[in-house]
Amino acid sequence: MVSRSRFSRPRRHLLRSALLAALAIPALAGAAVAAPRTDLVLGMPVEPPGLDPTSAAPTVIGQVVWQNVFEGLTRVDRDGKVQPQLARSWTVSPDGLTYTFALQAGVKFHNGEAFDANTAKFALDAIRAPGSVNPQKALYAVIADVKAPDSGTLVLTLSKPSGNLLFWLGLPAAVMVEPKSRDGLKSNPVGTGPFRFASWRKGDRVELTRSPDHWDAARKVHLDKVTFRFIGDPQAAAAALRAGDVDAYPLLPAPELYGAFQKDKAFTAVPGLTEMKVVAGMNNAAKPFSDKRVRQALMMAVDRKLLIEGAYSGYGAAIGSHYTPNDPGYKDLTGVYPYDPQKAKALLAEAGYGKGLTFTFKSPQMAYATRTAEILQAMFAEVGVTMTIAPTEFPAKWVQEVMRDRSFDMTVIAHAEPLDIAIYANDPYYFGYKNPAFNTVVATAAEATDEATRLKLYGEAQGILAEDVPALFLFVLPKLSVWKAKLTGFWKNEPVPSNDLTEVRWTE
Amino acid sequence: MRALVLRPRRGFRLDDATLLVGAVLTALLVGVALLSLVWTPEDPARMRILQKLRGPLVSGLLGTDHLGRDLASMLMRGAFNSLTIAFAAVGLGAVLGTLAGVAAAAGPRFDAVLMRVCDALFALPPILSAIMLGALLGPGAPTAIIAIGVFMIPVFARVTRGAAMQIWAREYIMAARMAGKGTVRITLEHVLPNIAGQIIVQVTIQLAMAILTEAGLSFLGLGLPPPAPTWGRMLAESQTYLTQAPHLALAPGLAIAAAVLGLNLLGDGLAARLDPRRRQAS
Amino acid sequence: MLRHLARRAAGFAVTFLLISVLVFGMMEIVPGDPASAMLGTSATPETLAALRAQMGLDAPAVIRYLRWLGGLLSGDLGVSTTYGVPVGALILERLAVTLPLTGLAVLLAVGIALPLGVTAASRPGGVADGVATLYAQAGIAVPNFWIGLLLIMTVALGLGWLPAGGFPGWGDGPGPALRALLLPALALAIPQSAVLTRVTRASVVEVMNEDFVRTARAKGASVSRALWRHAVPNALVPVITMLGLQISFLIGGAVLVENVFTLPGMGRLAWQALAQRDLIVIQNVVMVFATVVIVVNLGVDLLYTVVDPRLRRRA
Repeated sequence: MVSRSRFSRPRRHLLRSALLAALAIPALAGAAVAAPRTDLVLGMPVEPPGLDPTSAAPTVIGQVVWQNVFEGLTRVDRDGKVQPQLARSWTVSPDGLTYTFALQAGVKFHNGEAFDANTAKFALDAIRAPGSVNPQKALYAVIADVKAPDSGTLVLTLSKPSGNLLFWLGLPAAVMVEPKSRDGLKSNPVGTGPFRFASWRKGDRVELTRSPDHWDAARKVHLDKVTFRFIGDPQAAAAALRAGDVDAYPLLPAPELYGAFQKDKAFTAVPGLTEMKVVAGMNNAAKPFSDKRVRQALMMAVDRKLLIEGAYSGYGAAIGSHYTPNDPGYKDLTGVYPYDPQKAKALLAEAGYGKGLTFTFKSPQMAYATRTAEILQAMFAEVGVTMTIAPTEFPAKWVQEVMRDRSFDMTVIAHAEPLDIAIYANDPYYFGYKNPAFNTVVATAAEATDEATRLKLYGEAQGILAEDVPALFLFVLPKLSVWKAKLTGFWKNEPVPSNDLTEVRWTE
Repeated sequence: MRALVLRPRRGFRLDDATLLVGAVLTALLVGVALLSLVWTPEDPARMRILQKLRGPLVSGLLGTDHLGRDLASMLMRGAFNSLTIAFAAVGLGAVLGTLAGVAAAAGPRFDAVLMRVCDALFALPPILSAIMLGALLGPGAPTAIIAIGVFMIPVFARVTRGAAMQIWAREYIMAARMAGKGTVRITLEHVLPNIAGQIIVQVTIQLAMAILTEAGLSFLGLGLPPPAPTWGRMLAESQTYLTQAPHLALAPGLAIAAAVLGLNLLGDGLAARLDPRRRQAS
Repeated sequence: MLRHLARRAAGFAVTFLLISVLVFGMMEIVPGDPASAMLGTSATPETLAALRAQMGLDAPAVIRYLRWLGGLLSGDLGVSTTYGVPVGALILERLAVTLPLTGLAVLLAVGIALPLGVTAASRPGGVADGVATLYAQAGIAVPNFWIGLLLIMTVALGLGWLPAGGFPGWGDGPGPALRALLLPALALAIPQSAVLTRVTRASVVEVMNEDFVRTARAKGASVSRALWRHAVPNALVPVITMLGLQISFLIGGAVLVENVFTLPGMGRLAWQALAQRDLIVIQNVVMVFATVVIVVNLGVDLLYTVVDPRLRRRA
């Protein structure tokens, strides 16, 4: 009895505080709900191999760090337009050969180092250096010299005019880095962006936190913490969205599951377009594809609409040349060689392949590529063409065999770089396509500083490709993004492969 | 105690049932595989993209896949593809493994080397070596056959070695030696015929293993390239549609299970008849 | 005993070397250049050459092999060419997924197989025996990745009880991590448990027939006592042996199941590293796998010899 009464008081006391706590917690939680959340979990289908966009090609690198951790002299906005960033403004000399940039003042890298004209020169020189491993090095080859006359001014001298230079400078491969952190960027990216790198649990997630002292006061960032989670399996990705483990999935890898999200009021799902041009490149340098008629015939054997339905559930847009509807100066050329199996057969017969044609298709092992290959195989069979599929590991084997050794008949790949129509003028390049007229047009276009002239010339270039069919122009990959309905600020289209989170916020 | 006494008689009847069920299932598998060469409800490669992901009986017996191909036809041709790879792989493993095992039993010096190599092969998980081999040779039939077959060499080597050693210890072998017969001749005339039963049992069981492994390789994209349908790739592709089209995941899985079950039962049943060791042990 | 141990250790070393040569050789002749894999479609030849030099790929093969082996023996596994971090740390991160996964699978497999096998053996021909035999036959016949798909379909997507894939890490305590590992472990465990059920049953039946169990029964021990106290402990050796033999299947299965559940384990590391031709990572992952298999088998072997001296001569 005695002992019981002795314990009863503290126990009652405990009980009361527990009750109080129970009442208090919902109240607190209620308070937390009232203020919008400031964290975001974003799902991605592929994990980047390293986080340095200046030393490796995969677009997934930029999709984590570009605009979030790293910034460039210029940036490309959600409409594909060039905007100033670390370069406040610029002037271009009348001959188009000298660019003078006025740089932002008071910018610091996440490790405390200052950004000025010398760092900018360092970053650009690093791209152009002989030992540089920058994946887009060729774009910046036109820069002949970089000078930093004072800490706030950067002067670029070009060897020839370049109409797209400001756009190239806004890409992930040209972000500003500084000497001290440069060697470790792969695993510890240090930039000037509004988010800084926090951690990377390989195979699972990368975490970024808001940088407390971002230089651009005008650009208020709403999120405090961003987690990129890598979930490759489409079903798991959709399940993670529904379970609330992931708040947004900007590139859902499962077109078949997308419709359900479009109908679901808890989510916003607006299909957009990427810059990924899916083209079936042919070896123009060797038989049978050295014959233009064969290429044109195969183009007419492809029902693009049906292909998109099969490969991507009808999302994405058909293309007739190496240009996307997002790009300035786009021309719809899908009608140049439209689906017409009868004409295709006739043209094949004219080229001497009336009795049939057999070739091998090196298919990189990505879902869209494998499906495209299988569907093309079936479509070609309808016009008497036998296509053997050779699954080819990507990137390791494919890059070596197709890109480097050019030992292939036909292949397929999504070209991710924006405004890269000029690759058909590259020599050597895997298409083995040679057309001096085309080369002249793109070279003139590249040097045209007047936009109207440039776009007109790019229109001509698109027309030449549509007629010559160096590759079967199939479709642009859609950007199937899904995010919670309470989120806003994501990009609908993807003029540059990216996940710019600077404007993303919770509305409640 | 009662159960122990009754065991042998009951065991025999169960073994017979095992053999029967195994034989029927295996015959069915082989029958379907062969039939698929001359007849399938549809061309297994024919796509009707606008009729994709239809359920069973809505379009064809088992419905259609994500490209509108007839699932039943794909399963049938898949049986043929799966069996072909399995037979080739087991053939490779059985021939090389038996040779190595018999040789090891006959010569102790070769024995030590063989066992080391077997250890090394055993220590490499087959799927892992298959992935590396896939990178080396590119995915396709040769990769699958070699990856599965190589792993079976040590299995057959060990089984034949053990069995052959027992035969070598028999008295009639001594007699044969006395009669002046050489090692090779004794192996051919006495050892191999006496262990043939065990090898046949092992072939059956390893065929089941090979079908499982082939499915795994195809699942990872290392099997036969499209348009040849394989059960493993069909399963891999089904994962995207688990909620919309569960039949795509169910049918190939059940096919694999039935094939493997049949071969395993056949192997067990045969073992009870042909393998003296097993007959005592089970 | 000591001589036996020494012989096994020497065998281990030889096997290890053999595998290292095999793996290195394979990666040497494998087509695909790590530098082009990293730089993608727009790289120029000079850029590639620069990267190759930076990766240390310009040294002769023998030198690179010895460098790797030397590092391996001194515990330095080198630096991943894609991630730019030490391979040792990378592998440890992944082992924190694969080891618990396989461990959990073994626990589940034994947890299913032991009771089932022993119950079956206690009354051969009974109902339990029938169930166990059926389970064993069916379980061996189903591929683990298919079980994984079915579990995702039913438990994860249908009922929503457990995650359909991915791994939250151990940072938030063991709860979420174990939840993520449960279904994959079960998918791995079911075929294993089928094999083990079969072995357990056969082994217990055999031991029950041996003289000492019969003697115990004659002295008045009940069936269950004879079973659990006398037969089961003596029947465990073959079960453990089988577990050891199965370890390489378990690891192979983990590669597949990790793929189904998108778990960031060793199997997926090997897979990704291969696609990127991150040679040093692949080589080390294979060596770690092989070492685990060898060590487990060595352990089982020792256990076996300790328990049953007759086998020392036979082996």
